[in-house]
Amino acid sequence: MTDAKKPAPQASRASAKKELPEHFKSYKHVWVFVELERGQVHPVSWELLGEGRKLADKLEVDLCAVVMGAPDGGVALATRDSFEYGADVVYSVTDPLLSDYRNESFTKAMTDLVNSHQPEVLLLGATNLGRDLAGSVATTLRTGLTADSTELAIDDDRSLAATRPTFGGTLLCTIYTLNFRPQMATVRPRVMAMPERVPGRTGKVVPFKLALEETDIITKVLEFIPDAASEDAHLAYADIVVAGGLGLGSPANFRLVKELAEVLGAEYGGSRPLVQKGWITSDRQIGQTGKTIRPKLYIAAGISGAIQHRVGVEGADRILAINTDPNAPILEFAHHGIVGDATKILPALTKAFAERLAARRMAS
Amino acid sequence: MHIVVCIKQVPDSAQIRVHPVTNTIMRQGVPTIINPYDLVVLEEALRLRDQFGGKVTVLTMGPPMADESLRKALACGADAAVLLTDRFFAGSDTLATSFALSTAIKKIDAEEPVDIVFAGKQTIDGDTAQVGPGIAKRMGLNQLTYVSAIRSLDLGSRSIVVERRAEGGTQVLTTGLPCLITMLEGSNVLRRGSLPDMFRAARAEVTTWNAEQAGVEDITQCGLRGSPTVVKKVFAPKPRNEKAVLVETEGKSDAEIARAAIDALFTANPKLEAEIPELVLAS
Amino acid sequence: MAEHFDVIIVGAGMAGNAASYTLAKAGLNVLQIERGEYPGSKNVQGAILYADAVERIIPDFREEAPLERHVIEQRMWMLDERSYVGSHFRSENFNEEKPNRYTIIRAQFDKWFNRRARDAGAMVVCETTVLDLIRDDTGKVIGARVDRDKGEVFADVVLMADGVNALVGQRSGLREEINPEHAALAVKEMHFLPREVINERFNIRDDEGVVIEVLGTVTSGMLGTGFLYTNGESIALGIGCIVSDFVEKRISPAQLLDTLKSHPSIAPLIKGSEVKEYAAHLIPEGGYKAIPKVYGDGWLIAGDAAHFVNAAHREGSNLALTSGRLAAETIITLKAEGKPMTAANLKLYRQKLEESFVLKDLKKYKDLPETLWRNKQFVTTYPRLMAKAAESFFRVDGVDKLTKEKDIVRSFRKARGVLGLVGDAVKVARAWR
Ligand SMILES: Cc1cc2nc3c(=O)[nH]c(=O)nc-3n(C[C@H](O)[C@H](O)[C@H](O)COP(=O)(O)OP(=O)(O)OC[C@H]3O[C@@H](n4cnc5c(N)ncnc54)[C@H](O)[C@@H]3O)c2cc1C
Ligand SMILES: Cc1cc2nc3c(=O)[nH]c(=O)nc-3n(C[C@H](O)[C@H](O)[C@H](O)COP(=O)(O)OP(=O)(O)OC[C@H]3O[C@@H](n4cnc5c(N)ncnc54)[C@H](O)[C@@H]3O)c2cc1C
Ligand SMILES: Nc1ncnc2c1ncn2[C@@H]1O[C@H](COP(=O)(O)O)[C@@H](O)[C@H]1O
Repeated sequence: MTDAKKPAPQASRASAKKELPEHFKSYKHVWVFVELERGQVHPVSWELLGEGRKLADKLEVDLCAVVMGAPDGGVALATRDSFEYGADVVYSVTDPLLSDYRNESFTKAMTDLVNSHQPEVLLLGATNLGRDLAGSVATTLRTGLTADSTELAIDDDRSLAATRPTFGGTLLCTIYTLNFRPQMATVRPRVMAMPERVPGRTGKVVPFKLALEETDIITKVLEFIPDAASEDAHLAYADIVVAGGLGLGSPANFRLVKELAEVLGAEYGGSRPLVQKGWITSDRQIGQTGKTIRPKLYIAAGISGAIQHRVGVEGADRILAINTDPNAPILEFAHHGIVGDATKILPALTKAFAERLAARRMAS
Repeated sequence: MHIVVCIKQVPDSAQIRVHPVTNTIMRQGVPTIINPYDLVVLEEALRLRDQFGGKVTVLTMGPPMADESLRKALACGADAAVLLTDRFFAGSDTLATSFALSTAIKKIDAEEPVDIVFAGKQTIDGDTAQVGPGIAKRMGLNQLTYVSAIRSLDLGSRSIVVERRAEGGTQVLTTGLPCLITMLEGSNVLRRGSLPDMFRAARAEVTTWNAEQAGVEDITQCGLRGSPTVVKKVFAPKPRNEKAVLVETEGKSDAEIARAAIDALFTANPKLEAEIPELVLAS
Repeated sequence: MAEHFDVIIVGAGMAGNAASYTLAKAGLNVLQIERGEYPGSKNVQGAILYADAVERIIPDFREEAPLERHVIEQRMWMLDERSYVGSHFRSENFNEEKPNRYTIIRAQFDKWFNRRARDAGAMVVCETTVLDLIRDDTGKVIGARVDRDKGEVFADVVLMADGVNALVGQRSGLREEINPEHAALAVKEMHFLPREVINERFNIRDDEGVVIEVLGTVTSGMLGTGFLYTNGESIALGIGCIVSDFVEKRISPAQLLDTLKSHPSIAPLIKGSEVKEYAAHLIPEGGYKAIPKVYGDGWLIAGDAAHFVNAAHREGSNLALTSGRLAAETIITLKAEGKPMTAANLKLYRQKLEESFVLKDLKKYKDLPETLWRNKQFVTTYPRLMAKAAESFFRVDGVDKLTKEKDIVRSFRKARGVLGLVGDAVKVARAWR
C-alpha cells in the first residue's frame, strides 16, 4: 500500500465490482501456513490456526494446515500438532529441498499447492520467513495480500476483512481482496491468542509433491549459525518483560533493567532508540518495527510510550510504567504508574521483588 | 557493477496526526523524508560501488515532488536517478507498486544491465515489507531478504554470500546475480556528501518517466486498477479509557514506593505472584 | 578547483529567498546555502505574512504559495491574571480579492519560495552550514567555508541572510555579538484542531483568520507580548520577552507559555487541541540603534541578521523580504554596470534601504525599545489597571457611574502618580512619533 487515504478513484479499482470471477468460485477453505524451520514450528502458526478456526467456522469450511519440510525435518510432529491445534486437513509437502528455508523451494511448493487445491483464505505469520514467502506467493499468484494484520473477520458476503495498522500505528485500516483468490494475510507473532490444544484430535493428511530439482535452485544455504544463548531473546513469548528507554540516560544504567529481569525470570528489551544507539541488539526492540509482546507483566522504565512502542505492548495483561513525567503518553495506557526516577526505582523494585519472593519461598 | 536502489518518499510518521472527526490523515505541515530503511540499503549500495566500481541508480515512484529524495540520494553519492511519476500510478497497492517498479527496472536493465536491486526492509507508511519480494518475483531475481551483512561478492563468478536473519539464528546464503536484497538496520549510517557532491546533485538530471516511458504496456496493472486490495475503512485506534493508577510517592522512600507498586500489581493480579517463582526456576 | 559564483547567499529564510529568487531571475549565478534539512525546517515564526512585500517579488504568489488563512480580524488584549480588556477590529473589507495579510506556516512557505528560486536557476544546497567567510589579504570577502568535505566556495559577493544569530558575520569578524537587551526570546507551540472547530471558536468562515496579540501580567513583569494566530488546522500560540529579562527574572520561557495557555482568555480557544512543535527562537528587537553595518567589501547583510525588525508593529518578515530584494537589486545594478563589489559601490544598498520603509519605519521608532525596556509599567501596571477599570465600569452594583470614573482615575493616579501618568504618555508618544 502506498497510501491509506486513497485519492478519489479516477480509474475504477480492479476489485471494486463485487462479482467474483467464475474461475475463483471453486476456491474454498481456510489455510494456515505452518512455519517449520530446523525441526521447530514457530508458535505464530498455532496462533493462526486458532484464528483460522474461527474464520473457517464462520464460513462453514475446513481449516487446513500446510506443513512443509524435509523427510526427517519434523513434518510428522508438526502434522500431529496442527490437528491438535484445530486443523481439519493437513497438506503435507515432504522433500529434501525443503530442509532449510529457501524462497525458491517454498514459493514453488506453496503456489503449486494453492493452484491445485484452491483455498479462499491463506494466512501466514509475519515473521522474516513468512514475509519473505508471502510476498513471493502473492506476486506469483497475482492476488492481494494484507501484511501485518492485527484483526481478521469474515464479512456477511464471505469476504475476508483484514485490519492492520498504518502510518506507524496512528491509524488502522480494513482491507479486502474482493475479486481475487486466495485472500492472503500475514499476522505478527503474539497478536492472536494461543488456542487451547486438544490432545488426540486428528484429521485428514493430503500429501503433495514438490515439482522441483536442486539444480533448479540457485540459492544455497552454506551454514546456519544458531544464536548464542545470550542473544537468543524469546522476547515475544516471555511471560514477564522488563524494558528500558532513553530515560535511563546511559547504557550503564541499562544494567538496572537486566537486574530486575533476572530476579523475575523475565526477558529484557527496549525502545528503538536504544537499538539505534547500540545499547541493545535489534532482537530486543519492542514495538511496531520490533517485537510484539503479550506478557503477563510488562515493566517499562524511562519509555515515553510513543505510538510505535505502544502498538507492540498493548497486548500485555499488566503494564507498570516508571517515568519522571506525569504526562508521559505511556501513563495513558499503562495500568500502574510510578512517577519517579527509574534509575532509583528500578533497584528498589529489584530489591523489593527479591525480598517478596524470598518471603514466599520461606512460607511454602 | 550496476546497482539499483528503490527509495520511497514518505511522510515522517512521527509527525502524523489524525483528524479527530473525520479520521483522515492531517498532512498539513508533515514533512516528508526518505524511508529510513531505504537509507540503510543506499549506504550499502554506495559501499559496494566504492569497492567494486560501477554505478548506483536510485529509483522512486511517487509524485513529482519526490525528486527531492532522489536529489538527496545523489548528494550522498548515487550516480543516477529515475523518478516514476504518473497519475496512473496513484493508489497502487504492493502488487501494483512492484509491477511499476519492476517494469522500470527492466528498462534500466536494458540500457545498462543491473546486477543487484536493493529495497528497504519495509516502509514506515505502507509498512508491508512486500514490495521488495514483489519486485524480485516479477523480475525473476534471486531474493535475499532481512540480510544483516554481505559477506562477499564475486563479480567473476557472479555470486554473492550474505548473512540472513532467520528465526533463532543466522543463515549464510549464497546466490547468483542478479539478485534483490533487503537489509536490516545495522551500522549503515548514510554518508555525508562533500560540497562538490552537493553541486553535482543539484545539477544532475533526474530522469522522469511516466507509465508509457517506463515501458508499461498494460496500464490496467498500474495504480488503483492494478491493485487487488481495497481499503474499505480507515479509523483511529480506540484509546483505552482507563489511565494508569499512580503509586503514591509523596514523602515516601524509593523502597516504600517499590513495595507499594508490587502490592498494587499483585492485588490486581493475584495469580502473578504464584507464577513468578516458576519463571525464575525455568530461566 | 573550487567553484566560483556571482553571489553566495547564506540562509534560505525570508531574506535569503527573496534575494535568491530576484538574483536568479535576473540571470546571475547564485549559490544559496541553508543549514536546515530543507528551507524552512528550522524557521520559527508566528507567522503573519504581509502580502505587499511578497507581491513586489512574485506578483502572482497568491495562486500557488501555501497560505493558511487571510486575516480579517485583529484583537489586542491586555490581560491581568483573571481578565482581559481588549479591542477587536474586524472588517469585511479584509475579505478583498487580494488580501493584505495571511497566516502561514514557515516550513511550508519557505520550502515553496525556495523552490521558486531554484526553478529560476539558483543552486540551493541544504543541510550545509556556512562556518565563516573567506577573505583575501585586503580583507575583502571572496567566498565561504562550509561544514562539508572540500567545503570552500568563492563568489564576487556574499549576502548574509542567516537570521538573528548572525553567527557567520560574527565568526568572520564583520560584526558584534547580539546584545541580550536587544533580543527577545520567543517560544511557540502549534495546537492542532480541526478546521471547523477553529472556525467555530473564532466565529469565522472558510479561510478567514484571526490574530490576537496580548500584553500584560502573563509576561510576569518582563517586557514582552504574546500572540495567537489561526492557521488552517492549527493555532500558533507563543510568547516572547527580552532575553536579559529572562536572565534577571529567572523565569523559563516554557513557564511563561504555560501561564499564557492556562489564562482564562486563551484556554478555551485551544481546548482539546493536540500540541506539537514546541520551538524557541530569538527576535532582534533592538530597533534602529542596534543595526550593525550592513555592507562592506564583498559582503551585505539582510533580514534579521541586520536587525531589521519593527517590534512595535510585529513586523519582521516583510523587512527581511524587502531588504533581501534590495540587496539583490543592488548587486544586479552593480553587475550590469560592470562595477566591482567593493564597500564603496555596495553603499548603494544602504541608500536603497534608507529610501524604503525598512529604515524609515525603524528610524521612526528608534527610541521605542529603550523606552519600553526602561518602563516596565507598560506591561505590568497598565494592563492590571485597565482590567480593574473595565471591571468596575461594567459591574452593575448600585454605585453611580461618576463615582466609578473617579475611582478609576484615582487608581491610575495612585499607581503611577499624575506626573508618572503624564510622563508615560509623553514617553510613548515620543517613541511612537
Ligand atoms: C518508523 C518508526 C518506527 C518505530 N518503531 C519503533 C518501535 O518498534 N519501538 C519503539 O520503541 N519505538 C519505535 N519508534 C520510535 C518511537 O517513535 C519513539 O521515538 C521511541 O519509542 C521513544 O523511545 P523512548 O521512549 O525510549 O525515548 P523518549 O521518547 O526520549 O522518552 C524517554 C522517556 O523517559 C522519561 N525519563 C527521562 N528521565 C527519566 C528517569 N530518570 N526516570 C524515568 N523516566 C525518565 C521521559 O519523561 C520520557 O518519557 C519508531 C519510530 C519510527 C519513526
Ligand atoms: C515567534 C516569532 C514570531 C514572529 N512573528 C512574525 C510575524 O507575525 N510577522 C512578521 O513579519 N515577522 C514575524 N517574526 C519575525 C520574522 O520571523 C523574521 O523577521 C524573519 O523570518 C527574518 O527572516 P530572515 O531571512 O532574516 O531570517 P530567517 O527566517 O531566520 O532565516 C535564516 C536562515 O538562515 C539559515 N542559517 C542560519 N545560519 C546559517 C549558516 N551558518 N549556514 C547556512 N544557513 C544558515 C537558517 O537555517 C534560516 O533558514 C516572528 C519571529 C518569531 C521568532
Ligand atoms: N513508491 C515506491 N518507490 C520506490 N520504492 C518503493 C516504493 N514503495 C516501496 N518501495 C520499496 O519497497 C520497500 C518496501 O516497501 P513496503 O512493502 O511498502 O514496506 C521500500 O523500502 C522501498 O525500497
